[in-house]
Parts: sequence; structure tokens; C-alpha cells
Amino acid sequence: MLSVLGQVSGGPAVAHGKLLFRPIGPELILVGVALAVMLLDAGYPERHHATLALLSLAGLAAAAAYSLSLWSWTGPTTVLGGMVAADRFTVFFRLVILGVAALAVLLSYQYLERADEVRGEYYPLLLFATAGMTLITAAADLIVVFLALEVLSLSLYLLTGFSFRRLASAEASMKYFLLGAFSSAFFLYGIALAYGATGTTNLAGIAHGLTGQVGPLSLALAASGLLAVGFGFKVAAVPFHMWAPDAYQGAPTCVTAFMSAGTKVAAFAAFLRVFDVAFSPLIWDWKPFVWILAALTMVVGSVLAIAQSDVKRMLAYSSVAHAGFILVGVTAASHAGIQAAMFYLAVYPAMILGAFGVVMVVSGRGERGLTLSSYAGLARRSPLVAAVLALLLLSLAGIPPTAGFIAKVAVFTAAIQSGHWPLALVGVLASVVAAFFYLRVIVLMYMQEPVIAGGQREAETGFDAEPGAVGSLGFVAIAVPALLTLIFGVFPGILFGVLKSASIIRF
Amino acid sequence: MIRLPYLLFFSAVLFSAGVYGVLARRNAVLVLMSIELMLNAVNVNLVAFNAYLRDAALTGQVFALFVITVAAAEVGIGLAIVILIYRNRETINVDEVNLLKW
Repeated sequence: MLSVLGQVSGGPAVAHGKLLFRPIGPELILVGVALAVMLLDAGYPERHHATLALLSLAGLAAAAAYSLSLWSWTGPTTVLGGMVAADRFTVFFRLVILGVAALAVLLSYQYLERADEVRGEYYPLLLFATAGMTLITAAADLIVVFLALEVLSLSLYLLTGFSFRRLASAEASMKYFLLGAFSSAFFLYGIALAYGATGTTNLAGIAHGLTGQVGPLSLALAASGLLAVGFGFKVAAVPFHMWAPDAYQGAPTCVTAFMSAGTKVAAFAAFLRVFDVAFSPLIWDWKPFVWILAALTMVVGSVLAIAQSDVKRMLAYSSVAHAGFILVGVTAASHAGIQAAMFYLAVYPAMILGAFGVVMVVSGRGERGLTLSSYAGLARRSPLVAAVLALLLLSLAGIPPTAGFIAKVAVFTAAIQSGHWPLALVGVLASVVAAFFYLRVIVLMYMQEPVIAGGQREAETGFDAEPGAVGSLGFVAIAVPALLTLIFGVFPGILFGVLKSASIIRF
Repeated sequence: MIRLPYLLFFSAVLFSAGVYGVLARRNAVLVLMSIELMLNAVNVNLVAFNAYLRDAALTGQVFALFVITVAAAEVGIGLAIVILIYRNRETINVDEVNLLKW
């Protein structure tokens, strides 16, 4: 099983002497730029919002370029004493996350200007969170997984509460924080038990230790269960999803867009590495658990989304459901499964980030116009935005020729190949249910009159009819994801070609 | 040397007390303290395993130090958020903070 899913080098490689820092170059760049942005803001308090945003974008671009150069890395597969992996799996996820962060910066610029909440600490926090997300994809040791998880979580708790004068934002921040910290404790307990079972926290070491084990595996089993709970919280899988709707609804919409896309990618990257490779000797023990998690998540996420009248909350539940679809790929635990999950994780961020971006653009200053009814007749007021949202929603629903369709097909195919056809069936049924609430928004946009209650419209939606009101930056941030979903939907081969070598997890 | 099972049992009890506190307490600060209790239970576990395994690399002890550091950062952020909530609505009862639901 090991040889199929990944290549594990022999034991924790404690290389004394040369410390190779190149594989964590992107993180070093991100943290460096974050500190620079922080100092710039402190030193020149007369705000240059554009400068801060541009510097952040430059940092993200530099990190992306550096990651790309690691594609042809030929050094050892793990560096820094076996702590960090330097495989193409990492490069792939880093590029996805950096792209998400770049689009989030564009959205944030517009959001902060409009909400009059320009404060310098926003961009450093965003960059720290990004650094945590990219680092977790490279983690080859549970210590690094934990630290990266905390770096991204702590930054996101603060970003969630960024518009702290709005009650909902502060409340979302508190709920996210309490449940996030609670889940971190479970995750840590799992790590401690894994350490006790195998004598190491190194993922390669754990895989080796479990392969040779003949005695009772109770410690390792408890460890894998607790780790699954921890990851379940982070990816918002049912029944550990309670924080997601609250946090997504209360957070500033640009932050919601960023974290709904970024956190999921980062957490799933670590999930794949830890479960499909490090814990692969226990595959028959954790599989039923993840199987149930996937089925519950798909069904509950899709069903609860129907009942929502708030768009952000509806999309939050839809993101819960999508976590279930990705978990199907994880459950398949085959090479095809990993590839399918990775394809999903490349297109899902584009879809959800674009959708939340449109929500941000449509909602007015101070988070108004978030009810479903404020989308009535959007096509007449702003045809371009409505078209983008329609495309993204079709993709989220999984209707061809969008990337969402290919992703779902790939995931379900992998599940069937691994003999999990009941799970694929549940998934297809859940997609049918989910299609309802996506299409409902499209129907509202195209087939209904805007709700005008005596000049109340402006106050209700705060959105003007002319397309100029969208703002060019905001429009780029929603048009790019829409284009990507179309491109990957029509030419999925591009992505699958990349995945051929990126889906081999090595450490 | 104290035998490993006692330590594991102690740690499990501590962790369970923390879980109970998080679920049963309604005051946000007490919830925060219960989470700290859970993290400390993990520390006990890590150090106990380190001693039991005679790990020359001291992974468990180093890990415990990392956990302590991160827990400190977490408390800093957590208390800031709790103060924010208190300023906004003069209560830190997690049941009364219920603007967002369903």
C-alpha cells in the first residue's frame, strides 16, 4: 500500500550538518513581507492602503515564483531534520493557496476601502495565515503540522473579528476561536498518542513504526481517531462543522472568501499526507470512520443549505457539503483518489472564492443585502456580475461544462474504483439536493423582478445599477475564478497532467 | 519512576475534565481555562511518553515546549476576543452571544 500511495524514505532522516532552507523559501518570503508590511504601517501611519496591498501582492507573487522553482527540486525529499517535505505535492498546493491569497487581497482592498476599515494589521495577518497554510502542505512531521495549523488558525481568528464594531463579526470570532482551540486540543492529544505508539512524530517514522507493529494497536487507533476529529474540525466536516456557518457569516466577506477557500485546501493537504500515507498501515481501521464522515458531511451540508435565507450562510453550508465530496476522494485512498481530491482542491477554492467575492460585491457597505431576496433581478441590474455568479453556482452544483462537474466525476470514479459505490451513490444524491439551492439563486437572479419597496432598494442592497460600482479590482477577483472554472471544466487535462507527478506524496 | 499507565490515566482524567468544562461552562473565560486544561493534559502525555520511550531526541519534551508557547499565544488572542465581546455587549456568557444561528 505504501508504494502505491507515496514514497516513504527510511525512517526520520536526522541529517546533521547542512541545513537546507530552500524548501521553506516561500514561507520565509511570506513572513518577511508580512513583517515589512507591519513595519511600513507602523512607520508611516498616514495610510497608504494601496502601497500595503501592492507590497502584499508582490510578496505573494515572489513566494509563488519561488514555489514554482521548487518544482524541479532534486535535493533530499525532506529537509531540516525530516521536518519539511520538498515534493511536488507541496508545490501544487502552495500555488493554489497563494493564488487564493492574491485574489483575497484584491477583494480585501475593495472591501476595506468601502467599509472604511483600513487598518494596517490586516495584510500582515492575511500573509501570516497564508504562510501557515502553505507550510502545512509541506509538513512532514506532526510538530510542523501542529505549528502551521496554529499559525493559520490564530491569524484567521483575528481576521474573522476584524470588523469588531459589528456585533456579528466579534461573535463569529469568538465562536470560531473557542471551537478552533477546542479542536486543536483533540488534535494535539492525537499527536501525543501517535508519539506514544510509535516513538516519533515524524510522518515517515510513524508509517514505518505502524508497518512493523504486531501487538495491540489501541494507542495508534486512538491517535488516528483523534487526529481525524481535529482535521474534521478544520475542514468543517459534519458533525464538527458547527463553527463554519457562524464564522463564515459573521466574518468580513473578504475574509470569508479567503478562509473558506484557503483553510480547506491547507487542511486537506495535511489530511491527505497524514492519513493516506503516514497512517496507511491502519487504512482499514480509519477508512470506515472517514467513510461515515464523508457521507454525513455531504448529506447534512446539502440539506441544511436549503433552509438558509442568508447567502453567506447558504454558501457556508455548501462549503461544508463540498468538504464531504473531497472526503470521498480521501476515503478512496488510492492514487486515483488522491488525484481526484487534489483536482477538487484546485477548482473548489476558485468556485467558493468567486462566489463569496460576488456576495461581497453585491452586498453594500456594512454587510447589507445578504438575504436571498436581494438577489432578485440581479441580472437586470448588473448582467455581468449575475453571469459570473451563475457560472460559479453551476460549477458548485457540478453541472457540465464547468470544473465542478469534472471534479465530482473524478472523486466519485475514484470511490467506485476502490469499491465504495454506496458512498458515490450518497454523493450523487447529495449533489442533486444541493443543485436545488444553487439553481434557486440563479432563478432569482434571472427570472424575478428586483424587490423595490418605495426607494428602499438602495438602502437594502447598497448596490448601484451601473457596473462601475463593482470596482475593477473586485471584478478581476471574481472574473478570474469564473474563467478558471470554465477553463478547467473544458480542458481538465491541463490540471490532470500536472497532477500526474504532483500527486505522489514523498517524504 | 512513576509507571506509565498512571500518568496516562491522570492525563486522560485531566483532558476529560477540560472537555467537560468546555461543554458545561457558560462563561467564556472559564471555557478558555478548560481548553488550557486540555492542552496541559497533552503536555503531561508528551512528557510521560518521552520518559517511557527514553527518546534521545527528546521529541516529547520539545513538543511540550511548543505546545506551551502556542497555548500562551492562544490565550492572548482568546482573552482579546473575550474583552471585545464584553465591550460590545457587557456579557461573556456564551449562551447569550447568539446573534448568529441556523
